[in-house]
Amino acid sequence: MSELAIDVRGLSKNFANKAAVSNVDLQMPRGQVWGFLGPNGSGKTTTIRMLCGLLKPSAGEGTCLGFDLRRDAEAIRRQTGYMTQKFSFWADLSVRENLDFVARIYQLDNRRQCVDETLAVLGLTHRQHQLAGALSGGWKQRLALAAVTMHKPKLLLLDEPTAGVDPQARRDFWDQIHRLSNEGMTVLVSTHYMDEAERCDHIVYLAHGKLITEGSVPDIIDQSGLLSFRAEGKGVRVLEPLMAGQQGIEHAAYYGAALHISGHDRAALEAAVAKVADQGYSWQEVKPSLEDVFIALMEQSGGDKRAHG
Amino acid sequence: MMRLGHRLARINAVFIKELIQMRRDRLTFAVMLAIPILELVLFGYAINTDPKHLPTAVHAEEYTPVVRSILSGLENSEYFDVSTSHSDPRASDYLLASGKVVFVVEIPAGFTRQLIRGERPQLLVSADATDPVAASNALGRLSTIVNQALAKDLTGPLAHLRAGKGAVDLVVHPRYNPEGITQYNIVPGLLGVILTMTLVMITGMAMTRETERGTMENLLAMPGSPFEVMIGKILPYVGVGLVQTVVVLVVAHWLFAVPFIGSIALLVLSVAIFILANLALGFTFSTIAQSQIQSMQLTFFFFLPSILLSGFMFPFRGMPHWAQMIGEVLPLTHFLRVVRGIMLKGAGLQESVYDLAAILAFMLVVSTVAMLRYKRTLD
Ligand SMILES: Nc1ncnc2c1ncn2[C@@H]1O[C@H](COP(=O)(O)OP(=O)(O)OP(=O)(O)O)[C@@H](O)[C@H]1O
Ligand SMILES: [Mg+2]
Repeated sequence: MSELAIDVRGLSKNFANKAAVSNVDLQMPRGQVWGFLGPNGSGKTTTIRMLCGLLKPSAGEGTCLGFDLRRDAEAIRRQTGYMTQKFSFWADLSVRENLDFVARIYQLDNRRQCVDETLAVLGLTHRQHQLAGALSGGWKQRLALAAVTMHKPKLLLLDEPTAGVDPQARRDFWDQIHRLSNEGMTVLVSTHYMDEAERCDHIVYLAHGKLITEGSVPDIIDQSGLLSFRAEGKGVRVLEPLMAGQQGIEHAAYYGAALHISGHDRAALEAAVAKVADQGYSWQEVKPSLEDVFIALMEQSGGDKRAHG
Repeated sequence: MMRLGHRLARINAVFIKELIQMRRDRLTFAVMLAIPILELVLFGYAINTDPKHLPTAVHAEEYTPVVRSILSGLENSEYFDVSTSHSDPRASDYLLASGKVVFVVEIPAGFTRQLIRGERPQLLVSADATDPVAASNALGRLSTIVNQALAKDLTGPLAHLRAGKGAVDLVVHPRYNPEGITQYNIVPGLLGVILTMTLVMITGMAMTRETERGTMENLLAMPGSPFEVMIGKILPYVGVGLVQTVVVLVVAHWLFAVPFIGSIALLVLSVAIFILANLALGFTFSTIAQSQIQSMQLTFFFFLPSILLSGFMFPFRGMPHWAQMIGEVLPLTHFLRVVRGIMLKGAGLQESVYDLAAILAFMLVVSTVAMLRYKRTLD
């Protein structure tokens, strides 16, 4: 048995000659939690769909759980749980009926008991007879996660599972993900949230269908070569538009009661800081955040903004 | 064997899901049951194709005992209600044109004398041909009615006049309906029409509904072959179709006293095959259509020729050759023959086997198309 849960090379997908995913390589060991990041339309959903056999790759090959992506789609399907980006359980079935259906189609033993347990873990026992369509967004997501993990898949593909979910529920969600991972599941999660990215063992960043960078969070930050400076002080926010226009400053943003500027060119950044040094704010160099790095990556991959320094 | 068990389990999963969804969709469910009753009543009563008591005017230029026999014969038949008698020939035109009467019976002067001489005088019946179906049965019976009425008078030396073409030369508008459509004929046909319409329509939504509600992606990500999904999805509607059949037959028996002389078991078998063929077709439509609207359009595209060319609307043998060719492909055509045969003529398996095989062949072809069209990916 291969130690890699996902092992694909040159994965590509074209829609009507428009490339949605091009030439993506992924080697994901079993048992890890990986984050899939990238701006809207970068090809996250398309890649996940190819991994679980819902889309035929236009090019590329590889295996999922040791099964060939093209030939053994049915076997992959049986051992994979895929949570779609848009809620896709049956709105006109009750919570329980949805779980019953899943249990039947995967032929789980002790169906009743299995569904009861899932409902209990989910905290939905008291609402099991409510129609799934009547659940709030956050509860729908929880139902979906429970449903796609009920058959104990080896690989879990979660496509933006926490979009529109409140912070408390999001934390619960991640506790669940880590619990499942501890049970031995391999989990690939797509997300737009930085705090979620930081909960992953490994990040894959896509833009325009291409894999731009991957690695652990500290590695990605180090590899980016990005430098950040932070200014604190009363009214520092007014500096933002001024700094944003400066040579060498690729990005300026005010958050956490401080102004952050970042760029790749140390000399240019220091020069920009020196220009406003007399205004009484306290400047210091800081480690760039993952968000800074991703925004820089997004802008780089956007095309002509690549020129800097 | 293990594999079969897995298959059955997955079919069962889809079957139960569909059953619940069907039950929950109350409106559709109610419509499925209301349509048979509504159509039966409409076709059975409102669209009564064997109307009786049709207003009739008589324009007689002589009133002899023979003429009176003919007129009372018309009345007694219940098809003709003689509402006016008059002697003005122009009045006849008016009565017909204004729709006050459906028939005008004209008896010329010297009718009786010619009759007795064996000269076969003309008995002219003008019919309102705007609705030929309405009058056709009355007209069809006319010569029998007249000959029976005269039989009482033509006795002794006149008895020879009854032989041959009859004593009277009946001149009528030659509208005829060779199959003589009656409720007996319509009700079995209606069963086929109702099953075709409702079942093709409902399964036509089977896959498009999943696509439109966004649940298709989930269904595809789960195990289950196209065949298993198809069987699971159409099975609940076999039950619906059988319930509809019982409703139609019970109502038909109760309202119209339609006879049933054949084998119930054979009828159930035929109905089951026909239901499956329609469900398979509906499922196929749902794999072709992109949306529920499109699948509705496909259903109607199929439904029209089924009604028009199957022998339900028009007598099959009266249609041009090309129309019969199309008709032979349609399951409804064969179903009508089988059901009319079983119910009205007491036909057995031997008489029905060709038509049943034709329906099965249709089902096989259509299911194959469905399996080829069913996409297991979102491409
Ligand atoms: N079925 C399809 N037909 C045509 N184009 C498609 C199809 N599915 C996706 N695309 C295109 O492929 C590209 C990648 O889309 P994808 O949904 O994979 O992005 P994503 O990273 O999941 O975005 P988001 O963060 O918004 O969910 C987009 O440009 C999209 O328009
Ligand atoms: Mg997406």
